Amino acid sequence: MYPASFNYLRASSVREAISMIGDNEDAKFIAGGHSLVPLMKLRLATPSTLVDIGRLTDLSYVREDGGQIAIGALTRHRDLEISPVLNAKAPIIAKVAGQVGDPSVRHKGTIGGSIAHGDGASDLPAAALALDAVFVAEGPSGRREIKSTDFHKGFLETALAPNEVLVEIRIPANIKSWSFQKFNRRAQDWAIVGVAAVKNGSTRVALINMGSTPLRAAGTESAIQSGASLKEAASQADLGLDPPGDLNATVEFRRHLAHVLVGRALEELG
Amino acid sequence: MTTIANASSGVIGQPMLRREDPKLLSGEARFTDDLKIPGALWIGLVRSPFANAKIISIDTQDAKASPGIVAVYVASDLQSEWAGPIPSAWQVTPDMKSPAHYPLASGKANYVGDPVAVVVGNSPTEVADAVALVDVSYEELPAVVDLEEALTDANVIHEELGTNKCYVWELNPNPQGIEDAFKSAAHVVKERYIQQRLIPAAMEPRSVAVVPSPMGGDYTLYSATQIPHILKVMTALTVGISESKIRVIAPSVGGGFGSKLDVYPEELLCLALARKHKVPVRWTEERTEGAQATIQGRGQVQHIELAADKDGKLLGVRADIIADMGGYQQLITAGVPLLGAFLYHGAYHTPTYAFKCTGVYTNKTPTDAYRGAGRPEATYAIERAMDSLAKTVGVDPAEIRRRNFIPTESFPYNSPAGLVFDSGNYGPNLDQALTAVGYDTLRADQEKRRAEGSTKHLGIGLSFFVEMCGLAPSRVLASLNYAAGGWESATVRILPTSKVQVVTGTAPHGQGHETVWAMIVADKLGISVDDIEVLHSDTSIAPHGMDTYGSRSLSVGGSAVHIATERVLEKAQKIAAHLLEASEDDLEYQGGIFSVKGSPDKTMPLAAIAFEAFTAHNLPDGLEPNLEATTTWDPPNFTFPFGSHIAVVEVDEETGKVELLRYMAVDDCGPRVNPLIVEGQIHGGLAQGIGQALYEEAVYDSAGNLLNATFADYLLPSAAELPTFELGNTVTPSPTNPLGVKGIGEAGAIASPPAVMNAIVDALSHIGPIQIEMPASPERVWKAIQAVRA
Repeated sequence: MYPASFNYLRASSVREAISMIGDNEDAKFIAGGHSLVPLMKLRLATPSTLVDIGRLTDLSYVREDGGQIAIGALTRHRDLEISPVLNAKAPIIAKVAGQVGDPSVRHKGTIGGSIAHGDGASDLPAAALALDAVFVAEGPSGRREIKSTDFHKGFLETALAPNEVLVEIRIPANIKSWSFQKFNRRAQDWAIVGVAAVKNGSTRVALINMGSTPLRAAGTESAIQSGASLKEAASQADLGLDPPGDLNATVEFRRHLAHVLVGRALEELG
Repeated sequence: MTTIANASSGVIGQPMLRREDPKLLSGEARFTDDLKIPGALWIGLVRSPFANAKIISIDTQDAKASPGIVAVYVASDLQSEWAGPIPSAWQVTPDMKSPAHYPLASGKANYVGDPVAVVVGNSPTEVADAVALVDVSYEELPAVVDLEEALTDANVIHEELGTNKCYVWELNPNPQGIEDAFKSAAHVVKERYIQQRLIPAAMEPRSVAVVPSPMGGDYTLYSATQIPHILKVMTALTVGISESKIRVIAPSVGGGFGSKLDVYPEELLCLALARKHKVPVRWTEERTEGAQATIQGRGQVQHIELAADKDGKLLGVRADIIADMGGYQQLITAGVPLLGAFLYHGAYHTPTYAFKCTGVYTNKTPTDAYRGAGRPEATYAIERAMDSLAKTVGVDPAEIRRRNFIPTESFPYNSPAGLVFDSGNYGPNLDQALTAVGYDTLRADQEKRRAEGSTKHLGIGLSFFVEMCGLAPSRVLASLNYAAGGWESATVRILPTSKVQVVTGTAPHGQGHETVWAMIVADKLGISVDDIEVLHSDTSIAPHGMDTYGSRSLSVGGSAVHIATERVLEKAQKIAAHLLEASEDDLEYQGGIFSVKGSPDKTMPLAAIAFEAFTAHNLPDGLEPNLEATTTWDPPNFTFPFGSHIAVVEVDEETGKVELLRYMAVDDCGPRVNPLIVEGQIHGGLAQGIGQALYEEAVYDSAGNLLNATFADYLLPSAAELPTFELGNTVTPSPTNPLGVKGIGEAGAIASPPAVMNAIVDALSHIGPIQIEMPASPERVWKAIQAVRA
């Protein structure tokens, strides 16, 4: 399908991108385009203007920064997958990025785009949640930090203002105990249900495609805190959640998969 | 007569790389949408968003005022353009009921995607914007979606027909015999299966461009079609233009799988509007349109019953199916299920046989031929039912098949359905597959896993298929009320410079005819493939042809090429004998050179003869100039390829996920002209068949909405989902054509769905008798396990 007509502007800096978008609430930033363009082609999204930040290569990096890892928002999935820093210090991100979509998606799509899009079926936002990541956003009045747990507000809705650009993702380094369970029918698909779990002091379990936003399995986490067995904790994976039903899985089956996959993740965490 | 023409120079059988590929892989090949056509108008279709709705009014004012728009038409505006309705070439019974079907629906829309108006404009993007501005007012009616419910006629889709029932076609040569067989049987198996609808999803979407001749009066119609010749006849009849004024060209075509074996509204609209506006008119499909408005495959409810004696030997096979036509007839919609009508007993001898098919209209996209067309459905039913019979009798699935195989000595085999199976040697083929896959070891592994209490179960699924290819003997098509013949035409022409042109009536769209036809000619003439050019898919260059579908091209079209080459060589031999002053019988031919036996210095290359034939200065008396022969080959029978396919799966009991671990296919398609292309065809067919078993289904809701009309939702398998295919072969030549070939294009798609499904059932057989339909999604498998456990 052809998208509705739109204006296209290409930014050469974050500052320019912010000024280009101004107070135009119908405008959207575009980076890799692998979330936004399909919606536009189906005319489910009809932005009047696209501000392309895809060439801001200075936002493509992975570096250690005082006990943390800083990831530039424009870092492509493929670069995450092969990043030596991530593979050594936070392999869960490399592993998750390596299973997003197919190779062409991974060479175009960016971590910032995936997180800012805020799709509950995406993998990287859930991994960020499990890592208790902090997101750095830049707007007209400068930069601010947003906790990953405060970021996702609703279906494709985030804490970012329309004129704010997500510029960096900060995660803890030295993640040793982690698990990523992605259940889908084809390798290239979104997870029907996915689990990203990290044990780093406490155990944090994030779920993919179990609600309208990326979210944490609060039931499982509190069961673990109160000393429940792994099996009991896994059976609380969908507690209080309202998972979607679709052609790949009914609500009932999603709940079942969440139990099975969280169980497998917890077992892998040890 | 001489034996020269039967010599081979060893080209046949070589795994030559496809000559087509460099252009395709480098982007040099031109598809219809790639054609630069200055001044062309584009069209876009306004499609019904409702499955069953009265069209109350259509307001085109805003669309007409939209930038770049030239015209907007509804059905009544164009009624005078049509000399006839969209053609249906297969009136399967005299009383078959067909609704009127024109390029634009008038009065009523009958499926989601049914075109109700056409927008004509300067660019596809302007047209897309204007399509959204056409305001159609509908009165929505209840949709008829389910096949069995449709047959109740509670809601009749086409009022003028008075019923949703399209036809009943029955084959029951021995009614008393089959009744008796079922009464006396020690074992009776009754099964019901669903053949879900599939979206063909060729890599290249449909596309059409019609260019009026600058001199006026005639038209070149470019289309992404697999049937340029049939399309020419049908567009001429439908649009009311003399057939001699239409030239159809299929440029590079990116797959079809039957979906481009049709005459579509967009082709007719582009032609009629090019005539009306006197400028080129073109259209290219979008993917979601392709899902909704290109034909879909399968769509059947199948009942099959087997009667067997105490040892499991078949006494009777009875099939009763309902076939989904969709909202209208397309080119061969009604006939597709009948291509399986004769094959529900599969590779097994049965003394009695009966088949019945009821065609029914629903408010869904029309169905038509899709890779295998009728034969995958038949194979699925018999192969799954044979596994049930094995279970009932208490023998291994391989053993039940062996006990029932048509014996090798019975070929040519007069089937109970009235066909003559040309040749077969089934037992050794199955043995080869079982040995190659390590069947006994796999069974031992399966037992071991079960003993250890694993939740990941191993399943081994067997499918033995036989199909009918080489469509088709024209007289047989006549007996089935098909409106055309099944012959194929070929011309072989040796030019003065000794380059060879091969003109074929087949219409390759990915099959590799440019390579294989050249190999057939090179093999016979003893010359290089590089000196041979294959011309096709242009009705001005190749005026006669029946095109490409039904695994027919090699056995029918390739045979025609072979025969034409023989005739050219016979003529060359006459000229050689004349010039060498020798008797024809004293000539030898090798490596492109005639020589006289016993006089090795007396030689004459084919190139020299070609030039002599051209100058005609010194030809034998009565012989016409030029080296050229044209032939039209009408096969005396179908061909019947067969093979053993074995799927090995792992089923995760906790999640229901099926992983295909291994896939073994031992196909017998007769001699392989190019084994590399044969294997490519098997790979592609397997991917599609495995897609049907595990991933693909056009899902409709109760309102008739197609719920998965994008590639994000319609799950085509990719290489990541498939194992490395393990292939073997046996060779049983067909006696029905000079090459002995049988056809391989559809085999993979025919054999693999039951192999995979039998493997899943087998994996879980220790838990209980699993009831599961295709596609075997994780949720379906999981629920099937819960159902058995409950």
